Amino acid sequence: MTPSSPPHAPRVASPTRGGLVSLAGVLLIVALVVAGAFMPKWLTFLLTMAASHGLVSLGIVLLMRGGVVSFGQGLVFAVGGYAAALAFNRLGFTDALGLAVAGGVAATVVAAPFAPLLSRYRGIFFAMLTLAMSMVAYGVLVKTSALGGSDGFNMGRPTLFGQALPDARAGHVLYGVTIAFAGVLALLARTYFDSTRGLVTQAVRENELRVEYLGGSVREAMSINFLLAAFAGGSGGALTVMSLGHIDPNFSYWTTSGEFVFVAILAGWQSVLAVFVASTLLEVVRSFSSLYFPNTWQLSLGVFLLLMIRFLPRGIGSLWVDRGAKGDRA
Amino acid sequence: MATALTILIDGLSYASWLFIVALGLTLVFGVLKILNIAHGSFYALGAYAAATFVGWFASMKFAPEWSLVAMLLAAVAVAVLVAPLTERGLMRFFYGRDEVLLVLVTYALFLVLEDVTKLLWGANPYYVSEPYAMFGNVEIGEQVYVGYDFMLMGLAVAVGLAVWWGLNRTRQGKIVLAVIHSEEVAASMGVNVSRVYMLAFGVGVFLAALGGAFTAPLISVQPGVSVGVIIVSFAVVIIGGLGSIEGAAIGALIVGLARSFAVHVMPQAELFSIYIVMALVLMVRPEGLFQRIQARKI
Repeated sequence: MTPSSPPHAPRVASPTRGGLVSLAGVLLIVALVVAGAFMPKWLTFLLTMAASHGLVSLGIVLLMRGGVVSFGQGLVFAVGGYAAALAFNRLGFTDALGLAVAGGVAATVVAAPFAPLLSRYRGIFFAMLTLAMSMVAYGVLVKTSALGGSDGFNMGRPTLFGQALPDARAGHVLYGVTIAFAGVLALLARTYFDSTRGLVTQAVRENELRVEYLGGSVREAMSINFLLAAFAGGSGGALTVMSLGHIDPNFSYWTTSGEFVFVAILAGWQSVLAVFVASTLLEVVRSFSSLYFPNTWQLSLGVFLLLMIRFLPRGIGSLWVDRGAKGDRA
Repeated sequence: MATALTILIDGLSYASWLFIVALGLTLVFGVLKILNIAHGSFYALGAYAAATFVGWFASMKFAPEWSLVAMLLAAVAVAVLVAPLTERGLMRFFYGRDEVLLVLVTYALFLVLEDVTKLLWGANPYYVSEPYAMFGNVEIGEQVYVGYDFMLMGLAVAVGLAVWWGLNRTRQGKIVLAVIHSEEVAASMGVNVSRVYMLAFGVGVFLAALGGAFTAPLISVQPGVSVGVIIVSFAVVIIGGLGSIEGAAIGALIVGLARSFAVHVMPQAELFSIYIVMALVLMVRPEGLFQRIQARKI
């Protein structure tokens, strides 16, 4: 192994630059939501899935900035999804935005007891422990007949601000809610990345011991990142189940988690926008290959993955962020 | 008492093939530093190849005893065909990259191989029943146990000893150990590291395929077998400590017994008993049971 690469100067956001990025972000969100009204149904659905899944991957990117990758984000995804669907079916709570927040809160609450424990682990052990947690959840969900067992259950159509959604527009409205919600979380993530704790997280990635010597708490940073990632993943799960109308234990299966990690790696850890671009790309590849190569879509997905990892090792984000900063681990 | 014995024998038989598979996984990790998700696919390839080979042998009117040879040949065939192709054709382009990225590469390979097995063997299940009945039954007290399970235990011990002997008592094995210890120093002493990689990867694929071939009679060979196996063997090597042979053995025993205990005592916990055990072990020993302590870089 080569000695660790020289730490590059962290990009400190100047107020004007941060403001510009936020403004551009808000404009992009508004443009996407408006454009949704003119999009065909399949496209809005695809983008809804991309944005809601992207939120889970955003959580993984958040963890990646501290040098760990969770292979079990399917857990928070499932918790958020089940919480939203149950709140809808059992409690009669139907507001789409409220359900998205509820999903995030539920996932955070479930993740909270594990956060201090997991903050001790790194690398492959962190990945495997999170994987184990999600698979335990999968096992429990499959065996819980009250939640439909391995078949899962259906959920009705949510409302928005007390208004029922008409059949013709429901897809578009849920698209708008998902894009707006994901967009706001993405902007918050950008702000967090550039905050003091966000920069401490990046320092942990470079060298933990140094952070401790300088008076920072590595474990606290890692715990908080884990909880924030859980919130993002949970709300992503809630948004997904609202548009799908169905949930089953596969939300927590390891291949689901694998796709989230894939999107995170594809995006790279530098850019928030890249997460959603990567997520969209995955959805596009998935739907087109299942349309045109129904029997070999996993094969096409695998080949696509390999090509991306081979030729864009630092992720899509590296196409437009820090072109000069060589030597970073991908 | 009878239940305890049944749990023990079921657990040991499960642990046997699991040990063979996990040994391959841990060896590949030790040498190449890759946690190989596609290991499960190699297992599946072994099982499918065994189904095909046993079928061929049967259609050529060989005596049933030859089906054991057929299974062994199937594992060899998978190793000889698949290992060089994946290691030379794919993995070597990614060496030295981040650990987690490498896991993703093998995940992609896993996806590809899933479809390749479906293309080659179709989606219908295969059954390899001949070898299973061959070893008859063993009566212990009131209970009757299947002889094949005991054969598996013997095979696992033999494979474990062979790998231990190969690593510790042969020149080539010592070279492999040197590469595990420090690739850089080994290379500067004139070791051809990429050849060692190929060798270790080949042995790893062989062990996965061997495990698959010899469990084929116990299961129905169908799409999806790879997924279950890889997750369980991950648990085994994590419990034992990555890259450790003793660890793989102990890990396989722990997982095998935990699973068979769950199956007999608390069937609803079967699916996740393994992960609970793994989480418990990691809480006490964060790096697994047999991991060497590594110095931290400041």
